[in-house]
Amino acid sequence: MLRIVVCIKQVPDTEELARVRINPATNTIVREGVKSIINPFDENAIEEALRIKEKKDALVTCISMGPPQAKEALRKALAMGVDRAFLISDPSFAGSDTWATSFVLSQAIRKIGEFDLIITGKQAIDGDTAQVGPELAELLGIPQVTYVRKLEIEDGKMKAERVLEDYFEVVQVKLPALVTVTKEINQPRYPSLKGLLNARKMDIPVLTNKDLNLPEDKIGLDGSPTRVVRVFTPEPPPKGEIIEGNLEEKVQRIIEELKKRNLLRWLK
Amino acid sequence: MAEIKVIEEKCTGCGKCVSSCPFSLIKIEGKKAKILPGCNFCGTCVDACPFEAIILEREEKVVDLSDYKGVWVFAEQRDGRIMPVTFELLSAGRHLADDLGEELAVVILGDNLKENLNLLKKYPVDKIYAVQDTLLSDYKTGFYARVLTSLIEKFKPEIILVGATSIGRDLAPRVAARIKTGLTADCTSLKIDKEKRCLVQIRPAFGGNIMASIITPYTRPQMATVRPKVMEKILPSSSSAQIIEIEPDLTGEDELVRILDKIRVESDVKDLQEAEIIVSGGRGLGKPENFSLIRKLADILGGAVGASRAVVDAGWIPSYHQVGQTGKTVQPKLYIACGISGAIQHQVGMRNSEVIIAINKDPEAPIFNIATYGIVEDLHKFLPALIEKLESLSSTKK
Amino acid sequence: MTKGKEIAIFYYNFLGEEKMDFELTEEQRMILELVDEVSEKEIAPLADEIAAKGEFPRKNIEKLASLDLFGLTIPKKYGGLEMGYLTWTLVAERISRACATTGLIFGANLLCTFPLLKFGSEEQKERFLPPLAQGRSLGAFALTEPEAGSDAGNVQTTARKEGDGYILNGNKIFITNGEVADIYIIIANVDRKRGARGLAAFIVEKGTEGFSFGQHFKKMGLEALPNVELIFKDCFVPRENLLDREGRGFRIAMETFAAGRIGVGIGALGIAEAAFRKARDYSKERVQFGRSISSFQAVQHILADMATKIEASRYLLYKAAWLLDQGKPFEKYASMGKLYASETAMWVTTKAVQVLGGYGYMKDYPVERYMREAKLFEIIEGTSEIQRGIIANIVLKEK
Repeated sequence: MLRIVVCIKQVPDTEELARVRINPATNTIVREGVKSIINPFDENAIEEALRIKEKKDALVTCISMGPPQAKEALRKALAMGVDRAFLISDPSFAGSDTWATSFVLSQAIRKIGEFDLIITGKQAIDGDTAQVGPELAELLGIPQVTYVRKLEIEDGKMKAERVLEDYFEVVQVKLPALVTVTKEINQPRYPSLKGLLNARKMDIPVLTNKDLNLPEDKIGLDGSPTRVVRVFTPEPPPKGEIIEGNLEEKVQRIIEELKKRNLLRWLK
Repeated sequence: MAEIKVIEEKCTGCGKCVSSCPFSLIKIEGKKAKILPGCNFCGTCVDACPFEAIILEREEKVVDLSDYKGVWVFAEQRDGRIMPVTFELLSAGRHLADDLGEELAVVILGDNLKENLNLLKKYPVDKIYAVQDTLLSDYKTGFYARVLTSLIEKFKPEIILVGATSIGRDLAPRVAARIKTGLTADCTSLKIDKEKRCLVQIRPAFGGNIMASIITPYTRPQMATVRPKVMEKILPSSSSAQIIEIEPDLTGEDELVRILDKIRVESDVKDLQEAEIIVSGGRGLGKPENFSLIRKLADILGGAVGASRAVVDAGWIPSYHQVGQTGKTVQPKLYIACGISGAIQHQVGMRNSEVIIAINKDPEAPIFNIATYGIVEDLHKFLPALIEKLESLSSTKK
Repeated sequence: MTKGKEIAIFYYNFLGEEKMDFELTEEQRMILELVDEVSEKEIAPLADEIAAKGEFPRKNIEKLASLDLFGLTIPKKYGGLEMGYLTWTLVAERISRACATTGLIFGANLLCTFPLLKFGSEEQKERFLPPLAQGRSLGAFALTEPEAGSDAGNVQTTARKEGDGYILNGNKIFITNGEVADIYIIIANVDRKRGARGLAAFIVEKGTEGFSFGQHFKKMGLEALPNVELIFKDCFVPRENLLDREGRGFRIAMETFAAGRIGVGIGALGIAEAAFRKARDYSKERVQFGRSISSFQAVQHILADMATKIEASRYLLYKAAWLLDQGKPFEKYASMGKLYASETAMWVTTKAVQVLGGYGYMKDYPVERYMREAKLFEIIEGTSEIQRGIIANIVLKEK
């Protein structure tokens, strides 16, 4: 049986974030009442695990490190069809940067049990670092394959197609391994109603530091080699110009501006 | 250890801290501020409080980092070609090294390095660490991480800069985790804090809605990745770079990931991230056939074709054209957005373009907030007219 | 619209006092959140195209099936979710708001599952309900004939007893879900001499020999909704497929229509809501005489009337569904709801075109389509005239 672990993160829905944020005039950063969602790339990860499960005998475990409300994200994963879910949460984990997060996740995975494949999204849309995947693989001592848009498992080996800037690479690796997936890999399913209703009743155990017993200097702020010292809003871009006039005048004006800025030099 | 506390006697419940918290983790309860779990001690609320009612206590460690010296730039090469981002990192690295009074070194791994070494020698670097082996000709996480780690352990650099490319973002975190040091991704600005003698890394978060200033206070090397086209390219100037060749300790048996194949994408697809001009199409095009307008304009201007997420999801164009938070980040000299409303996720991918022209028939489209020039017009009318004018221009050129 | 905050659950405590709880249950909230997401993201964007092409919205139906929505009113033991008619109504409303055609296909299914549940034998239920619950098979109900519209008792299709079954001869017209459905409830006459009392209901599957399809009717609106002629020529139907007993056909039809009215009414409500929103949003953006037209009293009054009629339709229909779930008499509210919602939809969509003015008449905007779609709801499942007759009969009997 293939043992798959999917790591997900609950993030703010940037759609709503933008509506509240994008006001350079007041310079306020209000995030109150913004909806939380499963990081979109992690949804692809869940979906991929479920697709593997449809073809092979597999046990899919979904985990997330976060505050108590991250349980909602795990519940949605259960509704989509993962077999079980764990929340890894403890006040002492707060303030973790990517290293400390990867450390906590690696230890939680070790506690949960043996695994063959770890799948996670290529990056989280709030942090955007894309670091946790590779760092987690390193701390678990397994090979990593990043930016995967297609994968197949056969006889304890994984064949994966990676998306690089202007070409694709097909690689093969022996399991256990970790993959980070892009959204090209699949279209995540909606949970079925049966799934939603069942997920409501399922238990999501919480692993705290009492369960994991992790040393203080490897978790939370103390375990984080990087430190955020300041947070600020970026300068708004200078206000642009809406070009007036009739169609011809607008076309003319644009061409003038392009000429002025020497942007027509590649004209064919 | 860190602790954050609200001094209730000083707190007036004014709520300034609530709106300052980038993570929305403060609320007012019973007229007093309450900090919710999940706080990562960034300290923004401490500064925001007019009554100094929030205190953040941090124990400062004392660590001796004097052994670590020098700024390194990882020279990324693919198929024997050094990627342009390397030269951008070198200019940043040169400034940092000068500020620190340290040496700037380039690290290059690969096979048949002779030509590349000659190329690198033309730039103002002090050292070049070259590791040559057939096993290193193509990037492989395992081999590259092992070699880079052993170099770091042996030569102890203070700072390492890596390009935030698909290779860099695969390699840097692996190495950072192995050494247990700080890695900051997608830095848009790098400076030295001379007092603390540390690297100040500024990067966007929350989709670019906020900027964070980050340091790696207690571990070395301080690692940072930078996206292509963010920094200036370094200019060649004669240098007396010292080449240090290292023998790697690798055997083919250790290979964990086998590369089976490399598939190039269609040859006419220009790499978006290298393009100087990008013409992008969105839902406003109406139907997939209208991408021909975009392609035509891109072609005549000598640019590449981009797309918003909506049209990629709808299957109108392959996903490697997608610009945006979940697509590619671009910084061309000219970005023309046609029929793109400009949702924040798209803006994040292109707002650092030098000149942005937006064409949309909806005057309220958010794209106009960041456009240098806005055209409120039906693109089905504007684009053909623009293309026609450009075509007549180019024929008069000939 | 406030996301799903308008539900009425009327219940009587054991003292017989009426208590009103207008809140959604947690489960309903979850279900509706999912349906909202799917409707907005997947179903609504295709609505214009479906109507323009007149193509059966297969993707939408498959999507609804994958979410288990076809099983909402079906007991768990047949593979359903047993969530009741009120929840079904809430879901159907949202689907209809996104795409009226998809909503009606979804709703017409109820006309098949309802009689099976109410009148079917255990064997029939076990055979036909599971595929309907999973959405693998669609259902349809066929009574209407060229000579039998409002005069439902005038069915001419005959069912002659023969051997261990019946031979059906005749044709049905305008049948919703015709040809795409696998399971049909057919009303035919076993004994012409008894008139309406000779009617019976039969379960006939697509592919049965002697059962074929004829004309695909072209309509004013809802172009992608299958409305097909069914042709029975010496079609043999085994006795096991007779629903309940001979002579019960009229009753089965009347009760099925009563439930179906809720579905049709909610479909109309969905269209009215969609049209209202378009009118409201447009009026805020459209500037004439230097101001947005939403600042003119004439427009404001139209919007106010639209919103009020919509809310009134809503609660008549929700109450009907609730009563049905409680096993209480629901026909009055079903008829009232269907009557009021369908007339509201016609009025609201016409006014929506008016608010959008010249643009409202153009095919670039969906409101002209909503108006063409709305008209059908005043006709099907018992015309407005029939509904008024039913309501009058009921209230005259009340004290």
